[in-house]
Amino acid sequence: MDSQTRETDEEHLNYRRRARQTEPKRPLARNLLVAFLVGGAICALGQGVFNFLLTVGYTPKTAAAPLSIIMVFLGSIFTGVGVYDRLGKLAGMGSALPVTGFANSITSAAMEARREGFILGLGARLFTIAGPVIVFGATTAFLVGIVFWAAGTLHR
Amino acid sequence: MESYLIAFGVGGAMCALAQLVLDLGKLTPAVVMVLFVVLGALASGLGVYAPLVKFAGAGALVPLPGFGHALVQGVLEDVRAQGFLGIFTGGLRATAAGLKAGIVFGFLMAVIFRPRG
Repeated sequence: MDSQTRETDEEHLNYRRRARQTEPKRPLARNLLVAFLVGGAICALGQGVFNFLLTVGYTPKTAAAPLSIIMVFLGSIFTGVGVYDRLGKLAGMGSALPVTGFANSITSAAMEARREGFILGLGARLFTIAGPVIVFGATTAFLVGIVFWAAGTLHR
Repeated sequence: MESYLIAFGVGGAMCALAQLVLDLGKLTPAVVMVLFVVLGALASGLGVYAPLVKFAGAGALVPLPGFGHALVQGVLEDVRAQGFLGIFTGGLRATAAGLKAGIVFGFLMAVIFRPRG
């Protein structure tokens, strides 16, 4: 290694150290508690919808689809009126991890990108965060499917 | 009443775990969302997520690992029904409701509302 690269490595290390020091502290215990409470509350709300769906004739299996439609609708509308993003600043993953947060990522991206046009703005950027979620989720499911298919455990 | 408490506890615990990964890993929420969908899909493949859904209901269905679980269960159902082709058809079929709702409602909200700030 010549002296030039060593110097840039050192600069890089210094930069990383300073970036670490100046990064705002994340109050871990508070964050965990708020994420637990907000995420738990959203899931309890979802359970209310789930229980309601069971009383009107859905089974635990068939209720999953209408449940996600309703939760996605709620996440979208509360993003539209500007409530969900404020909640997100407070709750972190507590509001991002539920499927309402998935809807929030779609709706807020779409709202932001609208000024760049309907088709290549809104239409393209709607999936800024939802896109990676779908790509990696679907690919993982594909690989799991290959394994089960190859193992032949699903064939009668 | 009990089902609400279980959904609260399990769903909240998953969110707190995701927050822990976010803070300790110094990641962005989008990366943690991707990570947890993948983890949910893997847990589903290993057969540990279905019992969690049975136990916690919306507590396991509403957080994003439940989305990964639905992707995998759809694939396995379709492979069972039609073999190899099911690997391609199953995942998005099983998650179509949530995805289409996300697209349509997201589009509508962006048409109706302006971003603030």
